[in-house]
Amino acid sequence: MKIRVLVSYKDSVLDPQGQTVRNALLTMDYDFVKNIRQGKVFEIEIEALSDERIKQVIPELADRVLANPIIEKFTWEIIE
Amino acid sequence: MIHKKILEEHKLTEEEYERIVELIGKEPNITELGIFSLMWSEHCSYKSSKAHLQKLPVTGENVIQGPGENAGIIDIGEGLAAVFKIESHNHPSFIEPYQGAATGVGGILRDIFTMGARPIALMDALRFGPLSLPKNKTITEGIISGIAGYGNCMGVPTVGGDVYFNECYSLNPLVNAFCLGICEKDKIFYAKAEGEGNPVLYVGSKTGRDGIHGATMASAEFGEDLEEKRPNVQVGDPFKEKLLLEACLEVMNKNLIIGIQDMGAAGLTCSTTEMASNAKSGIEINLDLIPQREEGMTPYEIMLSESQERMLLVAKKETVKEVQEIYAKWDLDAVIVGQVTSDQRLKVIFEGITVVDIPVQAVVDMCPLYHRESKVPAYLESQTKLDPIPPPEDYNGTLKKLLSSPTIADKQWVFRQYDHMVQINTALLPGADASVLRLKNKKFALAMTLDGNSLYTYLDPKTGGKIAVAEACRNLACVGAHPVGVTNCLNFGNPEKPEIMWQFQEAIEGIAAACRTFNIPVTGGNVSFYNETEGLSIHPTPVLGIVGLLRDVDKSCSPGFKNTGDVIFLIGKNKDEIGGSEYLKFIWDMEKGQPPQIDLQTEKQVHKVCIEAIAKGLLHSAHDISEGGLAVCIAECAFLGDNRLGCTLHLKDRIRSDALLFGESQSRIIVTAKPENKDALVKIAQGQNVPIEEIGTTGGKNMTVYHNQKKIIDLPVQKSYTTWKQAIPDHFKAR
Amino acid sequence: MSKLRFGVVVFPGSNCDHDTFHVLRNVYGQDTFYLWHKDHDLNNADCIILPGGFSYGDYLRSGAIAKFSPLMKELQEFAHGGGLVLGICNGFQVLLELGLLPGAMLRNKNLKFLCEHVHLKMENDQTPFTNQWQENRVLRIPIAHFDGNYYASSDTIEEIKTNDQIVFRYADREGRITEEANVNGSVENIAGLVNKQRNVLGMMPHPERASESLLGSNDGQAIFKSIIHHLTHSLNYS
Repeated sequence: MKIRVLVSYKDSVLDPQGQTVRNALLTMDYDFVKNIRQGKVFEIEIEALSDERIKQVIPELADRVLANPIIEKFTWEIIE
Repeated sequence: MIHKKILEEHKLTEEEYERIVELIGKEPNITELGIFSLMWSEHCSYKSSKAHLQKLPVTGENVIQGPGENAGIIDIGEGLAAVFKIESHNHPSFIEPYQGAATGVGGILRDIFTMGARPIALMDALRFGPLSLPKNKTITEGIISGIAGYGNCMGVPTVGGDVYFNECYSLNPLVNAFCLGICEKDKIFYAKAEGEGNPVLYVGSKTGRDGIHGATMASAEFGEDLEEKRPNVQVGDPFKEKLLLEACLEVMNKNLIIGIQDMGAAGLTCSTTEMASNAKSGIEINLDLIPQREEGMTPYEIMLSESQERMLLVAKKETVKEVQEIYAKWDLDAVIVGQVTSDQRLKVIFEGITVVDIPVQAVVDMCPLYHRESKVPAYLESQTKLDPIPPPEDYNGTLKKLLSSPTIADKQWVFRQYDHMVQINTALLPGADASVLRLKNKKFALAMTLDGNSLYTYLDPKTGGKIAVAEACRNLACVGAHPVGVTNCLNFGNPEKPEIMWQFQEAIEGIAAACRTFNIPVTGGNVSFYNETEGLSIHPTPVLGIVGLLRDVDKSCSPGFKNTGDVIFLIGKNKDEIGGSEYLKFIWDMEKGQPPQIDLQTEKQVHKVCIEAIAKGLLHSAHDISEGGLAVCIAECAFLGDNRLGCTLHLKDRIRSDALLFGESQSRIIVTAKPENKDALVKIAQGQNVPIEEIGTTGGKNMTVYHNQKKIIDLPVQKSYTTWKQAIPDHFKAR
Repeated sequence: MSKLRFGVVVFPGSNCDHDTFHVLRNVYGQDTFYLWHKDHDLNNADCIILPGGFSYGDYLRSGAIAKFSPLMKELQEFAHGGGLVLGICNGFQVLLELGLLPGAMLRNKNLKFLCEHVHLKMENDQTPFTNQWQENRVLRIPIAHFDGNYYASSDTIEEIKTNDQIVFRYADREGRITEEANVNGSVENIAGLVNKQRNVLGMMPHPERASESLLGSNDGQAIFKSIIHHLTHSLNYS
């Protein structure tokens, strides 16, 4: 099984990397770009687990390790 | 007979192929051919350059290891040895600036700690195209952050280096990485596979298909999967290398291994054959045991992979367990992949079948050497002729403009991205003439610098070669150090072109002459040919890395003015030489004329004066005159002092003002001293027969220069400082 | 006077461990030893230092993986029991990830690694790390980091301020807290802070790099001498 976890800064936290990418795009005349938030993607291959167990452990590991809850939030999905 | 196209892909000629067949007594299979192609490449075999490199002086009382090993080694006294080398990573840094530069740093670090030395300093010589071109900006930013990313994580300070900008580097940036390490003289390790039956261990990252040259075509011909087209870019893992460093130094410190070799360029191929060749032994390895990152790798791919952060080592049978435990402590696997044999052959097993069986000497030592044709380039005649130019109308404006030339401007934007202080030895921070590193609990210190002005070498390679050595030694003299050893990185175009070969030969002759005069051995280095894009070659760019010793670390000298009322002296003599100057290039857009001439003996005497005066504590500052001439030198002395102290100069030379201010005549140093030390200083200079002249005093907020009583420069220091300081950062402001 | 015991924690990727060790032993003359991250023993240290570097390559987030090192269990107990803990640079980042100090680190505002001397204003001399302070002095100490842009929510900042937890702020050479002096973009120019109990300090600048005049500054001595003074006199700051 494969799980994808997306970690990004909370909306309240300034994201200078995202802003820099946005500015670069604007100077290249992609002037329709309004905002960019940069984040991290984790693709995690796991043994097959029950739905219930996945719903418990994935948010747990994302919260404990992959994201720092002070500045980051995450979402996750099963991709395979 | 192997197909012609495959030979081309492997950059081997038919004659070379025939020689291989003769040497190994059979037609090589594709893996064997791959091994020869790597080891007989220009990069590994120095086939075009070896004949000329032999002109360089490589011996000396203090030389522990000259060229031929991973790095050179110089005895620095008190039981310590300095291990250092410079190496290019030009082409990879153009393809992928961040990773190319990062892995260049990773490679040079491994060269040093493979010999048992802890790396204590890095420096980089960088050459970029003009920052007005967006592509060059991206390359510049990428390369600098790549160097920072790797060196900073490793905890080895990047203490300096030099940066030049020129159109010829536009699609051909140069990244020459230098590293210096320290070890105890009796604890040096070499790449040797000694002792029949001793286990061969593989340590570090797993092997992937990184950087396999020409592999796709070759495998296609052999009916394998073409779909697996991999980029040539190797990705560096500095964290893994930091673990490797600590673990390797630990096993070496405990004397648990016999030999060790890094798997950088040419990977397993180079490490196995060189270790066996050095010990006149053989090696047998089983590829099934090699840790692999990707599935389905062929013997060809495993042997030729250039995956980073890997080491091959030979342990003693009885110590292998302890070796493995130490690597495990650092979360690294040390896997036994083979053993030392006595038959002087490289034998490689894959899935139970012998896929390589060749004599190591043939691979390592029997590559044909070439005496390539050389010819004076046609450009020289027109470029060295300089038609008269009108004198500038506004000297203030000209100097200010020159200070904004990226080659001259402040490089703190670069250096602040490097951790240049970790290991807490950096006694003189980047920006001084040379970097000074203290050795903890020792009175003496090390100084080091990189130099190479390619404009001079372009106009006169021999003189340029001499000046590169002379300027590096002069930089050392300015901090109070005398040179003890040299490493060089020779960056040139395509050696198959006679004009390039001529540049190369001439430059080497110049370097050799200077090294002999200064009595310093060349302990190794690197040649980088084929620096061309779309048929356009870079200027010939020899980069000299010179290491010096400072007897007393508390008596180093820095370039900035210190106190109001100090006397400013010129050691050496102003001459009427304007050719090859940054002034001509940046203000007049001309790369023309004869570069400044140099008398090596005079140069040496000038250094002696400076070193002695510093040792006697007579000087408050010392700074050498180089790009931008006397005016820029004085400006830098003012900028680098703590309070942006100004000065007033009275010059009396019968030379045109522009040549006097901006000409780059050699063998000149600007120093300051307290008035009461004047006589002592003059006496030292006279003792060495070196001209010395009092030219002004420090003080005030302006930099003012009179030439034959006429005021030609009067600039507020703080304002010009901002111009100089901001020139490079301004190019990178939010786009 | 018997020597104090300083433990310097070594994570894989630590690279200021040797520097900190050198300074504590050879400059300050204290009994100093390394503590391996995989062990479970603090070796009776009086003060634990988490040194700078790139623990685990800073690969997930600075300090994020180091916080799971075995030794961190003992470290937390030590800190909760009032033991002195100093986190420098990467060590500060580890303390934040461990939750021993509030807040988190973001990339520097200019998105580049920064290594240079900065000026620091000391905001609180009533801590074990700053009691040997001389009035109104501005310290000059180097920084060297990529992720030193301190962040905390406004509630947390309020709390930190109410409790007087800010110890160092980036300032100009006269000690003025300005936007220009805020090299990395930290909230409130914060360069270092203590926990409520005052026994845990995290700071981005490197006092071990400013402990010998040969290297350009001695100002880091204020911090180490304060620790030594505190431990030899068992001072109370409540």
